[in-house]
Amino acid sequence: MAEERSPVLELRGITKRYSGSLANDRVDFDLRRGEVHALLGENGAGKSTLMNILYGLTKPDEGEILIDGKPVSFSSAKDAIGAGVGMVHQHFMLIPVMTVAENVVLGTEPVRSGIVLDERAAARRVADMARTFNFAVDPDARVDNITVGQQQRVEIMKALYRNVDVLVLDEPTAVLTPQEAADLFEILRTLRREGISIVFISHKLNEVLEIADRITVLRRGKKIDTVSKEGATEEGLARMMVGRDVLLRVDKTLASPGEVALEVKDLHVLDDRELEKVRGVSFSARGGEIVAIAGVDGNGQTELVEAITGLRPIESGTVAVGGREFEGRLGPRMMIDAGMGHIPEDRHRRGLVLDFNLAENLALHDYDKPPDSRFGWLYPARLVQRAVRLIKEFDIRGGGPLTLARALSGGNQQKVVVAREVARNPVVLVAAQPTRGLDVGAIEYVHRRLVAERDAGHAILLVSLELDEVLSLADRILVMYEGRIVGEHGGDAGEEEIGLEMLGGRKPVAA
Amino acid sequence: MSSQAEPTANVPPEQEPTPDFVVRLGAAQRAGGLVVPVLTAVLAFLAGGIVVAATGHNPWTAYKGIWDGAGFNWLFHIPWDTNTVHLDAFNLSQTLLTMTTLILVGLAVAFPFRCGLFNIGGQGQYLVGLFVANWIGVSFAGWPTLPHVLLGIGAAALAGAVWAGIAGFLKATTGAHEVISTIMLNWIAIWGGQYLFGQGGPLQNTYNPAAPESGTVVQSARIPVFWGNPVLQGLDYGFFVALVALVVFWLILNRTTLGYEVRAVGFNPEAAAYGGINVKTKYIQAMAISGVFAGLAGALDMLGYLFQFGVLDVQASQIGFLGIAVALLGRNTAIGTGIAAFLFGGLLYGTTRGLNPNVFDPSLAGNLTSMIQGLIVLFVGADIFILYIWNARRKLKLRRRAEMAAT
Repeated sequence: MAEERSPVLELRGITKRYSGSLANDRVDFDLRRGEVHALLGENGAGKSTLMNILYGLTKPDEGEILIDGKPVSFSSAKDAIGAGVGMVHQHFMLIPVMTVAENVVLGTEPVRSGIVLDERAAARRVADMARTFNFAVDPDARVDNITVGQQQRVEIMKALYRNVDVLVLDEPTAVLTPQEAADLFEILRTLRREGISIVFISHKLNEVLEIADRITVLRRGKKIDTVSKEGATEEGLARMMVGRDVLLRVDKTLASPGEVALEVKDLHVLDDRELEKVRGVSFSARGGEIVAIAGVDGNGQTELVEAITGLRPIESGTVAVGGREFEGRLGPRMMIDAGMGHIPEDRHRRGLVLDFNLAENLALHDYDKPPDSRFGWLYPARLVQRAVRLIKEFDIRGGGPLTLARALSGGNQQKVVVAREVARNPVVLVAAQPTRGLDVGAIEYVHRRLVAERDAGHAILLVSLELDEVLSLADRILVMYEGRIVGEHGGDAGEEEIGLEMLGGRKPVAA
Repeated sequence: MSSQAEPTANVPPEQEPTPDFVVRLGAAQRAGGLVVPVLTAVLAFLAGGIVVAATGHNPWTAYKGIWDGAGFNWLFHIPWDTNTVHLDAFNLSQTLLTMTTLILVGLAVAFPFRCGLFNIGGQGQYLVGLFVANWIGVSFAGWPTLPHVLLGIGAAALAGAVWAGIAGFLKATTGAHEVISTIMLNWIAIWGGQYLFGQGGPLQNTYNPAAPESGTVVQSARIPVFWGNPVLQGLDYGFFVALVALVVFWLILNRTTLGYEVRAVGFNPEAAAYGGINVKTKYIQAMAISGVFAGLAGALDMLGYLFQFGVLDVQASQIGFLGIAVALLGRNTAIGTGIAAFLFGGLLYGTTRGLNPNVFDPSLAGNLTSMIQGLIVLFVGADIFILYIWNARRKLKLRRRAEMAAT
């Protein structure tokens, strides 16, 4: 029985009701010593509630928590840490102007002669820890000067510094680049070797399969099953999560490209700090094909998209939409009128006016044209008519034409953006990270819509940081690295090949 | 899956653009609905009452005195006697006269607010309108009344638009913050007035070179009075201009493409730009329209009952600043601004000239009245604080809901 390790943490029959509805319905969960146990579920499945109960932020209505076999009751996060449970939230709780070491020891600072903060001791202990676990973080660096991935490691170090042996990570990869995520997984493996038990909350199937030993799937507050990694498949997990089959591989026919709809020639673009982020990019997209731009975040994709859509001035080069060539100072209005649709990468910052209702949001490009308005006079009823139609056609849930965009869930907000852009029948649709932050159901929806647009003969330019997304949607793949297109592939290209180019493993193709 | 899940629960890097003060206050104000402004006013009156009581006076008598001073008791005389020989009716006509100005300077703050701009320059725009109206009103003697009045009003509105438009233009071209530039424009207007009306100034009167005062608006440029005695400062037709301005304000915002654009920019300039709206142009237009309202206020005051203005008046004039309080208390909406202007109009008149000197010790009255006014303004400022508490409670509720629904 030596192999039968007793659970370090066990949740039994946890039930939590909120005004009549069940957030957690008799959920059992156990964590073995030194394992990574993933908690998988869609947005709203009850993952966070369960972990907030474990962490002492919420009290369960029924059920019990056992640590090392003994029942415990936490009334605050402090209790949880005292019992050896640490949590890393999605939003970091760090003090930007303090150093890494200061942040790590905050609240339990080593002191000299009772009162003086022993900074050297703090730095030394943090440096020791960073070395042990391969954290690659400078203890003396200020937190606002380090990357998001490093900040996350500081959060993990904070927990470890307090001698926790259970670490809960809430959607840890959501804020990371693929490379940073890979680094994080390396760290998690080290931690596992050192005997730390990890709860890994996620809604991304591929990373769960990569890092977890066991996977518990939640759906609508209920535990569906706990499976071990061996034998689990993405399709099987997706079915458990959503309760039906999900097309992970997008069903699409071969592209039949038509006329050139978008042509970009030798484009140079500067970022806000006047650094050249796009360095001579040329490509074209034809009607009826999906051209994807793959690349690690920060290689000029954002600037490229902003330049093409007229949101950012271009230094030199031309952009042609539907045969009309633009150069010099473009504007969003110019590009919209030329037939460009744009699903921006950040729907809150740009894609939606959150305090506008859906009718107003859906009219964002057309409010100044008949029938919405005539001679500057607006007809709100016509905005509502359009909204009623689009809400039905695009299956937008959670509100009507007069609901504020703010009140919708992320997936439905994105549907509003997609509906607005697609309904205008754009010659070119630029989709920048169109599925970021969405759950499986919504991702599937957006993907199907993009393919449908392609099949309707429009050109789609997809910019995505998710290689999976690029591979499953694209008819042609361009790889962007340090502001240049470094590779071009067919839709059936291999993951390794593209991954290598994304990381700069190849020289630019001749422009 | 529950669609009520907190929408951003799993969408970390997506944040709204860091909103500046105006946007934050605007959002907070919308969240407060009707409850907060009413609560604000009630609290201000309560605190004012405590101050009155602390001086050994009866707060009830004091408020009754202000109520009567504002002429509100007239509203409860049935049958209504419209003869302003009676004090109640006269007081009410004066309250409405003050309200006329307050509506317009309130709208001058409210309109750019909806575009995300904080116009502190209502006073300067009001003064510029006043100057131009005086100039037109003193010149062109012999014109028929209607064209003369319309010319005066139109020119003053235009001047206000240009004056405010400068701040909008600076914001659009150089990014200069409108709060700073409108404050500076206020001072330019004040010193400009000193010069214009001062000794040897181009608008100084022609009959008494020793007096630093403007000329008097000729009869043909005076807006006719419809209630009360014109000699005793009756209520003129400008009152209806202000009421129409409220309607126009609402129509522009809610029934024109310009209003749509202004609101989009006010809520989220980046999304507006993405939608194809020229944000910079909207800044200039919103400020210019704001200046039209403030300039109108100056014109109606000059052609309605002031007729003359002096260097000392320029220095003492404060009414444009009250527009900020009116707009904030009125939630930057048409109806709210109208109600707040009525309230402030009553307070302003009811605590000053309308107040029965027997209510307070005459020497105390002056101080007490400005104290009560000050408290009101203070509490409108405290609005933000009340909203903070109000929202904290709501957020708590929302968080509970989100916890329930979210993962």
